[in-house]
Amino acid sequence: MNIRELPTREVTINACKLCNPLGASLVFRGIEGAVPLLHGSQGCATYIRRYLISHFKEPIDIASSNFSESSTIFGGGPKLKQALKNVIDQYQPTFIGIATTCLSETIGDDLQLILDEFNREYRAPGKPLLVTVSTPSYQGSHIDGFHDTVRAVIEQVATGGPKKNMVSIFPGMVSAADLRLLKEVLTDFGLDFLVLPDYSETMDGGMWDTYQKIAPGGASVDKIRAAGRSKAVIQLGRTVRKQQNAAEYLKERFGVESYQLGLPVGIRETDRLMQTLAVITGNDIPQKYQEERGRLIDAYVDAHKYLFGKKAAIYGEPDLVLGIAIFLAEVGVVPVICATGARTGKLGDELRCLLPELEGEITVAEGIDFDDIRTLVERVQPDLLIGNSKGYPLSRQSGIPLIRVGFPIHDRIGGQRILHLGYRGTQHLFDQIVNELIRARQDRSPIGWSYM
Amino acid sequence: MKVLEGRKKQVFRKGETPFEIDCEKQSLAGSVSQRACVFCGSRVVLYPIADAVHLVHGPAGCAAYTWDIRGALSSGPELHRLSFTTDLREQEVIHGGESKLYQGLIQLIDRYHPKAAFVYGTCIVGVIGDDVEAVCKKVSALKGIPVIPVHSEGFKGTKKDGYKAACTALMRLIGRGRTDGISKYSVNILGDYNLAGEIWIIKDYYRRMGVEVVAGITGDGRVEEIERAHGAALNLVQCSGSMNYLAQLMKEKYGIPSLQVSYFGFEDMAEALYGVARHFNDAEMMKRTQELVRDEIQAIYPKLLEYRKALAGKKAAIYVGGAFKAFSLVKALRLLGMDVAVVGSQTGSKQDYQLLKELCDEGTIIVDDSNPLELSHFIREKNVSLFIGGVKERPIAYKLGIGFCDHNHERKVALAGFVGMLNFAEEVYQSVMSPVWQFIPRPKQSVPMGGVQDEYSRTANP
Repeated sequence: MNIRELPTREVTINACKLCNPLGASLVFRGIEGAVPLLHGSQGCATYIRRYLISHFKEPIDIASSNFSESSTIFGGGPKLKQALKNVIDQYQPTFIGIATTCLSETIGDDLQLILDEFNREYRAPGKPLLVTVSTPSYQGSHIDGFHDTVRAVIEQVATGGPKKNMVSIFPGMVSAADLRLLKEVLTDFGLDFLVLPDYSETMDGGMWDTYQKIAPGGASVDKIRAAGRSKAVIQLGRTVRKQQNAAEYLKERFGVESYQLGLPVGIRETDRLMQTLAVITGNDIPQKYQEERGRLIDAYVDAHKYLFGKKAAIYGEPDLVLGIAIFLAEVGVVPVICATGARTGKLGDELRCLLPELEGEITVAEGIDFDDIRTLVERVQPDLLIGNSKGYPLSRQSGIPLIRVGFPIHDRIGGQRILHLGYRGTQHLFDQIVNELIRARQDRSPIGWSYM
Repeated sequence: MKVLEGRKKQVFRKGETPFEIDCEKQSLAGSVSQRACVFCGSRVVLYPIADAVHLVHGPAGCAAYTWDIRGALSSGPELHRLSFTTDLREQEVIHGGESKLYQGLIQLIDRYHPKAAFVYGTCIVGVIGDDVEAVCKKVSALKGIPVIPVHSEGFKGTKKDGYKAACTALMRLIGRGRTDGISKYSVNILGDYNLAGEIWIIKDYYRRMGVEVVAGITGDGRVEEIERAHGAALNLVQCSGSMNYLAQLMKEKYGIPSLQVSYFGFEDMAEALYGVARHFNDAEMMKRTQELVRDEIQAIYPKLLEYRKALAGKKAAIYVGGAFKAFSLVKALRLLGMDVAVVGSQTGSKQDYQLLKELCDEGTIIVDDSNPLELSHFIREKNVSLFIGGVKERPIAYKLGIGFCDHNHERKVALAGFVGMLNFAEEVYQSVMSPVWQFIPRPKQSVPMGGVQDEYSRTANP
């Protein structure tokens, strides 16, 4: 494994990451009755709304405490309290998720102190649950904001008690379609469950007859409370650090049996999730999934000749990169570049451990931007790019086809419905990848054959 | 729905007296404003300058969210489509980001050879106290190009203050170039950002009239052209929100008069040309202008009438950034036979709203700095078939099953000029008349076919 030395450049060119409050906002949007509130300038909320809307194509309200110059000098407490009152007044939420920004962190606002004051002053009935998380964007990136927020919600809401026949699962930053798939799997295993966050409906719902102040759906607060009573908990994502891992917290605090698995992409990683659920429940893997698995392997066989020895460059959130790399390796495609804008310090180790057969063939880069990805791609000349839509300029310039996965997808419809997980999600990715390679070959052919 | 107490004076219904609307104030904390921040205002105004480096000094987010987000086209270099940031980390927040900024600027200038560099301050820079001005001065002296700080710290006011910061930055470029050889019939185009190539359409009209365009500020913008802008005889100001301030500064410093124009809709587009011809008071030019307007309109009008037939009587809502665009849209929709029932802007002034009031029909809702809850309520209450706005308004309309047209930075189809009016009409038609709305349970404006009341044809319910 070539762990790429990070450049000592002073400027990031076309960042391959977003800021922490975006991750926080997405998590809060996956909780029932919740409104996210960013403690900072108006722009943070508006930019993040806009960025999320362009992917999910859904109304996404994120409130802001809307700092002014005087809040920056004297502290943002009064503005935050006013914002809380106004959000409660307008939205009647049952939950407000408050995330900090670089501004409020740098001036040193003490959220707990402000909330204590608010709780003393605000006596009206129906006060929502208030959860806070620290998300300064000069530490980490949006994926850190995401995991930190899941953990903060669990730390501040979950309680203990006698164990229930319930499994909690923290899926990481996956698509709305992925969340639906995970819920289907858990249901088919006969489990009561918490999936946190669950924006499968809030961020990908149907039409509304009347405008909903808060989109229906989301993980219920009751379920989050009960998380400490789960019989087992699963954190998806191998690069999630221990101090960000909410499953780890439930284990330490309430003694819940805890697992950390990879995103279930490909046969092997999906098998691990299925087997884990089988162990937890004592049930067999449902027939339906055995059939899906069978069809997927059948497809692997049908198409193997088109794939072997091909090279792919993958970029994006570290665990999606890892999952796709493991999947590609099992069909003979070499994930020659595995790149992420995040800095987990774990991506290289995980790849080395899970794909020892590819030692020396993969370049791993953390904290990378698209300018450096371009340099790597020019050097390695992969057959495919796999990642979010921000790689399109690179794809256009290099002529290397782009398979769109992950977040954001800003230049196509349906980013929220891309299925990556499970045998079914893998099947979807697999067909797309094979067909893209076949298309490239067909287009290059002087004959332009119309059969295979 | 209730309008928040602190916002009641920012909503007005025509017919109510006295006319009183609050505006140009900071958004209320906790109201989900559709506005962004000071940085956003500066960034959108300067963004189209295509041969300058735009370096965002701060953590990566602000730069990431503004990477290649506008459809501002360039006929040459495309440096503006890259996203540069100092990507400040905790270390720099503690010890200062000046050294990183300095090194970064040097690296970018050495690599891209820009004609100028803009350095945008973000919230955090305003707090940690980097002396951005000093760094810019040093780099400018070393590299021999203008390196201009933009004071766009997010918390220092509203988006409109960001426009002002951008205009102040532009004033540091204007006046640097030579002005010899510029025609006495010359203009600068202020406040067109060449979305979908619109400034090319407008420049072509002026060329046909015999008017020289010295600088597009900032559409298809070039540093050298902007440096010569003080040599133009007249400033044409579109997008009043962002560029009135620059026109004012240029009048004070260089004595250049300005005209408020809009390139949207037949009426305003024609007036934008006639106004210039009148200003230069040249009979030949006026004649050429009349011919131009006649030719353009004749080519398009029959087609427009077809759209009008289908759209007549339908209602629309408008919520845009600047109020001046709203005026044009009201008129353009009237040309299509449509009625405007709701109109608002993020940054309108008292005077703008007074004008809007005069322009609109009785009962029209006029709103400043609105939010999703209000907007969704207004469009439902007025039972509109079309909502015109930007990216953040689109899902509000779609979720309620209402047609939507993007009149913001993301648009890919030119809406300015006479041809733009036809494009606009076509888009409105495609949006309003699409068969998909039949599947949405929403109030119908006409008697349903066969007179049967089913769930798809129930009447208004607010």
